[in-house]
Parts: sequence; C-alpha cells; structure tokens
Amino acid sequence: MSERTDGRYLIALVGNPNAGKTTLFNSLTGSHQKVGNYAGVTVEKVSGFLKLDLMTVECIDVPGQYSISAVSEDEMVAVGVIEGTLPDTRRPDLLVCVLDATNLERNLYFFSQLAEAGHSIVAAMTMVDRLEQSGNEIDLPKMSNLLGVEIVPMVGHKDKGLQELKDAIERNLESPRKPTFEIGFPDALETRMASLRERVARVGIDFTKADIRHALFNPDDPFNRFLDDFPEMKDAFSDARQQLGEEGLLKPAIEVQSRYQWASVVKRAVVRQVKTPKSERTLTDKIDLVLTHRVFGLGIFVVLMYLVFQSIYTFAQPIMNGITFCFDWLKGEISPHLAGVPVIQSLIVDGILSGVGGMLVFLPQILILFLFIAVLEGTGYLARAAFLMDRLFGWCGLNGRAFIPLLSSFACAIPGIMAARVMPDRNSRLATILIAPLMSCSARLPVYLLLIGAFIQPKYGALWAGFALFAMHLVGLFVAVPLVWFLNRKVIKGKRLPFLLELPPYQWPKWRDVWIAMYFRGKIFVQTAGTIIVFMSILIWGLSYFPRLSQEDRTAVSSTYKVSHPEATKQDLKKQMDQAQLANSVLGRFGKAIEPAFIPAGFDWRITTSILSAFPARETVVPSLGIIFSLGGDVDEHSSDLPKALNEATWPNGKPLFTPWTAIGLMVFFALCAQCMATLATVKRETNSWKWPLFMFTYMTTLAYLGAVLVQQIGHLFGS
Amino acid sequence: MSAVGALEMSFSKLQKGMHARITSVGSTSSEMDRLQEMGLTVGTTFRVIKVAPFGDPVEIDLRGYRLCLRKNETKGFEVEPVE
Repeated sequence: MSERTDGRYLIALVGNPNAGKTTLFNSLTGSHQKVGNYAGVTVEKVSGFLKLDLMTVECIDVPGQYSISAVSEDEMVAVGVIEGTLPDTRRPDLLVCVLDATNLERNLYFFSQLAEAGHSIVAAMTMVDRLEQSGNEIDLPKMSNLLGVEIVPMVGHKDKGLQELKDAIERNLESPRKPTFEIGFPDALETRMASLRERVARVGIDFTKADIRHALFNPDDPFNRFLDDFPEMKDAFSDARQQLGEEGLLKPAIEVQSRYQWASVVKRAVVRQVKTPKSERTLTDKIDLVLTHRVFGLGIFVVLMYLVFQSIYTFAQPIMNGITFCFDWLKGEISPHLAGVPVIQSLIVDGILSGVGGMLVFLPQILILFLFIAVLEGTGYLARAAFLMDRLFGWCGLNGRAFIPLLSSFACAIPGIMAARVMPDRNSRLATILIAPLMSCSARLPVYLLLIGAFIQPKYGALWAGFALFAMHLVGLFVAVPLVWFLNRKVIKGKRLPFLLELPPYQWPKWRDVWIAMYFRGKIFVQTAGTIIVFMSILIWGLSYFPRLSQEDRTAVSSTYKVSHPEATKQDLKKQMDQAQLANSVLGRFGKAIEPAFIPAGFDWRITTSILSAFPARETVVPSLGIIFSLGGDVDEHSSDLPKALNEATWPNGKPLFTPWTAIGLMVFFALCAQCMATLATVKRETNSWKWPLFMFTYMTTLAYLGAVLVQQIGHLFGS
Repeated sequence: MSAVGALEMSFSKLQKGMHARITSVGSTSSEMDRLQEMGLTVGTTFRVIKVAPFGDPVEIDLRGYRLCLRKNETKGFEVEPVE
C-alpha cells in the first residue's frame, strides 16, 4: 500500500517532444488540470487528476525532453520532477513513458536512460496507426518482453487504448514492474565494469552495472563518495579510468553509441516491413513541396501571418469595444449610488472597475492568438513557420519560433509575450519576451495620431505625417535587433543547446487540445497577471487621487480662475479643479520632482505627469493630457481642442512647450518606454520572477529617455 | 587518416537529396553532445530532405525520423557522401 498520507499515488507522464504527450495528457485528465509554475524557474507546472477504477491519482505532465542529461532549465526541471528532487515534489510512483512508434530509436534512447535510473515504467505507444500506414508492423508483445514493461498502443484521435492504459497504470501502481534489459557496451568496457563490480561486491556493496559505469564516467558522481572508505577500491577505479581513457572508451559518445546500438537492435527485432509503400513521398512530403517552397511557401506564410495579425489587430476590436462598453455602462450604473462618498465612488469607478475592465479587455486578443497557435501547432504548420523564418532570426540569437510572438506584439505585447511559450528553450524564450514590448503595439497609436496630428501634419503635410507614423512603428524594431544580440551575449546566461526542430506529419488539429490550450491561457492570464494588473491599477488610482486639495485650496483655485475667465461655466470650473487636483496628487508632485531630469528632452511636469499616469495603459496618456491641460478626461486623439491646447502650451518664460522635435521626442519615448503595467505583470507571470519585469522596465525607460533627449538635442542643433 | 579521407566534407556542403555517413564528431561541447544524443553518432547514415528557403536550417532523415539542424551548429561533424 502507499504510505502517502493523502492516500494518492503520483505518476508522471514523460517522453520526447512531438511524441503526442500533450494530447495523451489531455485525454487522460481532460479539464481536470492545474497550471502553475515550479518555484524559481520559468517552467510551467502542468498536473492533473486521473480517475482510475479504484482510485484517483495525480499525474504530472513533464516537459518533453530528449535526454535525462539536463542542460537547459526546462530539462533540469523535467529531471527534477522525474527524480523528485525539486522543492515540493516527490519521486513519482510510476512513469508513463510515451514512445512514438514512428521514431523508435530516439524514443528508446530516452527510455533506456529512465529505465537505468530505476523507475517503474508503463509505456504508451503512440502513432502506431501511422507506422502501419507506412507498411510496417510492430510486434508489441515481443517488445514488451524485450523491455520488461507493459506497452499499450494508443490512437490519439479516438482515445483508443485509453482504458487499457488506465488499467495498465492501475495494475502497475499496485505491483510495479521495472524494466529488465541490459545495454551492451564495448567489450573492453564491459570487462572492466564486471571486474570492478565484483571487487565492490567483495566488500559488501551491491552496485548495479549502471552504478559502476556512472562512477567510472563521472568522477564527481555521488556514488564515488561510497568509495572514500575503501582506498584500494578508489585506486582501482582511477586505474580503470586511466586505462579506458587511453583506449578512448571513457567518452560520453561511447555511452550514447551503445544505447543507440541497443535501440536499433530492439527496433529491428520488433518492427517489420510488410509491404512497400506506394510512393517514396508521403502526403506530408507533397504538402511540404508547396508549403516550404521558396516562392509559394513564403507567399502562403505571409498570407497566413497577415490573417493572424489582422485577427488580433482588427477582428478582436469589436469584442474589446464590447467589454469596454459593458464596463462603462456598469460604471454609469454604479457611480450615482456612491455619489455621497466621493472617495469610494472614485475608488470603485476609476480604480477597481477601470482596472478589471482594462485587464479583461486583453482577453479577446489572447484567446484569438492562442486559437491560431493551437491550430497551427496541431496541424504541424507552426514548425514549418519556424523552419522558414529561422535564418532571419538565428543570426541575432533568436530562432524561427520567435516570429509569431513578435508579430503579435505589434498588435499587443501581452498575447505576444504569452505566445513566447511556443519556444521550448528558455534562453530564446526569455530573449523574445524581453524585446517583445519594443514592437509598436496598437495602444501607442493614439499617442502617435495625437502628436502627429498636432505638430507634424499642420506644418509639413500629409506625406510627412504618414512617414512619421510609419517610422514610429519601426523605431522599436531597429532598437530591438542590436539589443537582442547584446542580451544573448551578456544578460541571458546558460549553456547553449543546438536549435532542434522537427517537422511533424500534417494532421487535423485535435479540437480538445485547442480548447484546453485557449481555456488555460485565458484562465492563467486573468488569475495571475490579472490580479497584479488590478492591484497596480488601484495603486496608481490612489497616487493620482491623494492627497486631496483642502477646502481653502479649492476656493483659491476657483476664484483665481473666475477672475481670469469671468464667463467660465460650471463645467470649465470642474475641469480646472480636476487639473489642480492631479497636479496636487502624489503623482503630480512626483511629475514635478522629475521635471528637471526631463528638461533635456523638452518635457515639462505636465508631460511627465501624463506619462506617469499612463502606467495602467499607454493609451490613457491621451485623457491624462486632457486633464492636465484642463480639458477634462473625455478627450481622445481625434478631438480638436487637445491639439490646440498642446500647441498653445508654454513654458513659464513664454516659449512654446512643444516644438515638432519635442513631439517626435515624446513619440520616441512612447515607442521605447515600458509604460504598460499589464505587460510587466505578464512578464512576471511568464518568467515567474520580478527580476525580469524590473530589468525590462529599467532598460526600456532608459532607452526611452535617451531617445527623447537625443531627438530634442538634434532639434536644438537645427535651431528649434 | 582514414582511407576515405579524400571524400570527407563538412555538413554544410551537403545538397538536397544526398546520402551521407558521419565519419567523425569533433570537439565536445554541450551542443555536440546533444546532437549525438539525437542519434547523430559516428557511423550514422542520413539523407538530406530539404533546405529552408533562406539556406538554413536543413532537414535530414536519420534513424527513421526527421530533424532540422542549423548548418553552423553542425560544424563539428565530418561526413562522407554515400550512394
């Protein structure tokens, strides 16, 4: 019986990438999954509950891996889960190892490593139908004998084999079976290992052959510590090491070769070609002739990516407007009931409801993007997209898989950053996340339109206005390229792994996998990033609301204003009061305090305060400018009085606040800055650390500041 | 060196459709170790399936499966063409 206090067993689903592991996990657990993070790493922890006949067991979906010699962070996590060495994990009672029938040798390589580590294993054989389609037969009973474990054939589409697999899991939990096979190594090595094993046994230590080999190959291996008490044994090991080293048998390559030799023997023993396939070329090959063709392939790629982009940029808009409309309606309904207590009214309406609404508005884009990604991944096209694009990204340290996350970031960095998950390798994922917010997202557009409309178009005409808008979309991209090159060399550390990509056979997407991917992406965003976003939005509300003006201050503001504007309406007065209030708030005071630092960029405290208050969302800089220029918060980039107010604004000495250069500088600032807490919250969730959002905020703000100063100073050179 | 030394060439010179055998694996690095674990061991034969439109990566067929590799990450391999 299990000694677990909760009475539950723990099993882990392991296997090579692309072996059908996720589909199997979804079949086994359905929506009874939870997605979190392993402590301190960017790797997601996916686990679920599996209902068997007599019990329910917990099942962890271990990230796909090729080998247990872990190099990358994801692989170290995977090995930590399998061995139960990660904090708050324990060694699974049983491994369910997915074996891809069409890729037996490589899958058996990994299987042999697991077996040697002493695990109880049940094998789930996927893609058997595909193997048979190519004219082959596989003898599973024979294979089961050779490996010493139960092997259950699966057909993913129809959940065929699922019940048999569950039965096998239940059987093996009650009476575990460990694999029984031995891998043959070169004779000289075998002889050495046998004699060492015998000597060790003589002093009463029972080492397996694998233990001996580990101790031989890795002098740092913990097994060697057992030898410390037996000096003569230690010498025997180092003699053997030296001898084998001279014979060239002590290289990791020898172990790899021996395993593959074993795997290919097993494969030849169990797989038999019964008929020759009609054609050398499979259907996938024929489709690939078009889809990876240098003209048609790239053409279709551009069309598909345009569709993806339009879907999140344009088609998501009505749904986003709907969400905004609902929240505006809700605010309008609730607001009058709270009029008696202005603080609570403002907290609920401007803080909480704006925060929740401003967070939920990202959901349509996230869901649509993940619909596309899940479908493209399910069909096998995502891998082709990476294949086509890799050359363009590889030289600066990214890879072809970065294309979709970065493209999506031109609509919105939040789904873009989440989409970086398509990259299995942590380093490229992190590099992509860190530059994604430099892509010019749609929330920057209102800022560009306002400033270009106010300062470029009237003076230089539509042609230059169009050019300025275009240039603003490229600023971030131009900065991103050298930056990512630098990040990959200096900031993101870790051993390098080769870029490995498999182009799986084309197939129809499995809709359950698609829905589960969308559901969990949405849920994770709302639960983790969403919580941070709402919290920060309340914080920013507090900073712009408090401290309130005293009664005397309010009277002073209104009487001064009435003297200079005798015909002022009640509404004008309110706008004036809002302006004075924001100027007096913590945010306004902070804006004034940092004004000296921004003088070289040509920004006064009104601009800095607007930038600060745009932290909940970039586009809110427009209503913030409205408030601070006493026009109220209802302005948008198309209103005519805001450009007028900006044009008329002056420094205390009477010089105009905005020159065209200041306007360009402000746009460059917005192109490069990280004034978007939703982005930072998403980065926190995706990297599972505050370090990377802090780093992102710092580097982007620095770049933005330098960019704005540079533009302003160039402007000075040209005499304006 | 080996008798077929004259035929040895680097991976990146291989053309679409060619068959080749790995004759040696150069300096050990985490990258080369992993490629060997993917089955690219000495003596393994493979076929070049296709090359991406911009010249990289290259898809090969080995041990009954297919894998795409970047040319500059296969510098450690010496290969010889086989019929």
